[in-house]
Amino acid sequence: MIGANWKTGLFALILLTIAVLAPFFVRSYMIEVFILFLINLILVCSYRIPATTGDWTLSHFVLMGVGAYATALLSKWWDLSILLTIPLAAVVAGLVGFIMVTPLIRTRGFGFFIASFALGELVRLVWIKFRYPFGGPRGMIGIPNGELGSIDFFEPVPYYFFVLTIALVCLTIMWRIDRSRIGKTFKALYTDEGLAEAVGIDVPRYRALAFTVGAFFAGVAGALLAHRLGAVDPKGFDINNMVYLIIWVVVGGTTTFWGPILGLILMTFVFEWSRPLLEWRPLLFGGTLIFFLVFLPNGLDDLALRMRDKYRSRIPIGVEPKGSGA
Amino acid sequence: MDSALFLQTIINSIAAGSVYAVIAVGLAMAFGVMKMANFAHGEFYMVGAYVVYFFYALNGWPFPLAVLMAIPIVAALGVVTERLIFRPTQSNVLAGFMATAGLALILQVLVGQTWGVGLMRSVPTPYMGAADIMGAKIGWQRVLIVPAAMVMLTALWFFLFKVKQGKALRACAQDPDTARLQGIGINRMTMLAMAISGASAGMAGALMAPIQPVTPYMGHSVILTAFIVVVMGGMESIAGAVLASFILGIIHTFVTTLSDAVTAQMVGVACMAIILVVRPQGLLGRVKA
Repeated sequence: MIGANWKTGLFALILLTIAVLAPFFVRSYMIEVFILFLINLILVCSYRIPATTGDWTLSHFVLMGVGAYATALLSKWWDLSILLTIPLAAVVAGLVGFIMVTPLIRTRGFGFFIASFALGELVRLVWIKFRYPFGGPRGMIGIPNGELGSIDFFEPVPYYFFVLTIALVCLTIMWRIDRSRIGKTFKALYTDEGLAEAVGIDVPRYRALAFTVGAFFAGVAGALLAHRLGAVDPKGFDINNMVYLIIWVVVGGTTTFWGPILGLILMTFVFEWSRPLLEWRPLLFGGTLIFFLVFLPNGLDDLALRMRDKYRSRIPIGVEPKGSGA
Repeated sequence: MDSALFLQTIINSIAAGSVYAVIAVGLAMAFGVMKMANFAHGEFYMVGAYVVYFFYALNGWPFPLAVLMAIPIVAALGVVTERLIFRPTQSNVLAGFMATAGLALILQVLVGQTWGVGLMRSVPTPYMGAADIMGAKIGWQRVLIVPAAMVMLTALWFFLFKVKQGKALRACAQDPDTARLQGIGINRMTMLAMAISGASAGMAGALMAPIQPVTPYMGHSVILTAFIVVVMGGMESIAGAVLASFILGIIHTFVTTLSDAVTAQMVGVACMAIILVVRPQGLLGRVKA
C-alpha cells in the first residue's frame, strides 16, 4: 500500500477493483459470504497483533462477542446510529481486553493460553447468567441492521460496501501499526524477551498494549457481525469458533501481515466447499490443524518466503558458501 | 443452611474434588514431563464415559468391569496422541496444544457420528439408593467415587515415589537432559506419562458416566475445570493439582448449593484470576530460575 513498490500497488488496485465489482456479478448468497469474509478479515488481522508478541490468546472470539453485545445494547436501548455503535463497541471491547490482560500478563506461553481461555469463559458465563440485560443462554435478538442516511443496510450490497470501507480502514491502520516502531517492538518481545527487557522495553506494558489493540479491532468485527445477523448468543462465541480462528492463523502463518489473510481465504474456500459434509466438517478442520502444526508449523507464508529465497538464490540466507571462508 | 445440608454439601464437595483431582493429575503430569499440554483431555474424559455407555448400558457388562475397560482404552488413546502429535511437535509447547484442540474436534465428530449427536445418552445408575450419613443423604454412586479416586491417587503416588519407572518419570520432569544421561529413555517416559494421563481422564469419565448426561460435547466443562485447577495448583505440580482440586470442589459445590452452577463456574474462574495476580506460579508451583 503506502511506501511499497509499484508491483504491490498494482496488485492492491486489482484486488480492490475485484472487491468493488464482485457484488454485481454474484448471487445474493455469495454477498453474505463476502460480508462474513470481510468481518473475519478484520478479526484474523487483529488476532495477529498480540500473536506477534508471542501471546496466542484463546479469548479473542469472546472479545469479538463483547463488541457484538455492546452493539446490541447500544443500538437497542439508546437507538444509536451505526456510525456511533461501531466505534463505541470497539472501545468497550478494548476496555474489557485491557481488564482481562491485567492478570494475564503474569503468565507466558502455555499459561497465557489457558488462562485467557478461562477468562474468556468468565465473560461468556456473565452473558449466560444475567438474563437482564444480556438475555441469558438464548442471547439477544432484534438488533437493527442500521442505516446511513436513506441507505438501509438490510440490503446486502450497501452493507457489503460499508463493511468493505471499514475493513480497508482497519487493515490500513493495523498494517501501519505492524510497520511502526510499536509493531517492531512487539516482534522484538517474541524474538528475544530478555534482550528486549535489557534494552529498556517495558515488556508487560507492550504486551498489554498489543492485547488491547487486538481486542479493539475484534470489537469492530463483532459490531459489524451483530448488525448483520441481528442477533447475538453466547454459543456463537464459544471455544469451537475460537479453534476455527486459530486454524486460519496457523494455516496462514504469522510471519508476515498477509499470512493470516492467506489462511482465511484458503479455509473460507474449504469451508464453502465442505458444505455437503456438514457434520464431518470439524473433523476436516481438526485434521488440517494437526497436519499444519506437525508438518508446516510456521504456516503457508513462511513456506512462501522460504520458496522465494530458494528461487532467488541457491544459497540459503545466513549460510556462507563452502571454501570461501577466511 | 442446617447441619444435615451442610454435611451433605461437604461430602459432595469431597466427591467433586476427588473427580477433579483424578482428571487434573493426569493433565499436570503430562505437562510436567516434556511439557505436553493436552487440550483433548476433556474429550478423553468423554471417551471414557462412552466406553462405559457402550459396555455397561448397551452390552450389559457389570459396571466395575466397564470402568476397568475404559482405563486401558483411553490410555491407548493417550499413547497414540503422544506418538502422532506430541512427539513431532516436541520443540513447541503451543503447537502441540493447538494440535490437540484439532484432535478434540475429531474425537467429538467420531463419537457423535457413531452414537448420535443430539440425544443425551443416559447410563443407568448401577448402585441405586442413597447412603444415610448422619442425616445427610448422598447417592451411592457419588459416595463410591471417593474411594475409587483415593485408590487411583495412592497407586499413582506409590508408582511415582516407590517404583523405579516412576522415579525415572519424575527425573524426566525435573531435568530431561540429565535424565537422558542416566540412561532413561525419554520417548518411553513421555509415552508412559501420556498413558497415565489418558488412564486418569478415562477413569474419571467412566465413574461419572451414570451421574452426568453423556454427550459428545461433555468434555468442554471438564477441560475448563481442569485448566483452572492446573493453573491454580501450579502447572507442573501434581500435589498442587490435588490441593487445588479439593479447594475448587468445595468452592463449586457450596456456590452451586447456595446459588447456581453458572455462578459456581464464574467464582472458580475468578479465583484463578486472583491467584494469577497474587501468586503467578500457582499454589504449590516453584518459580523458575
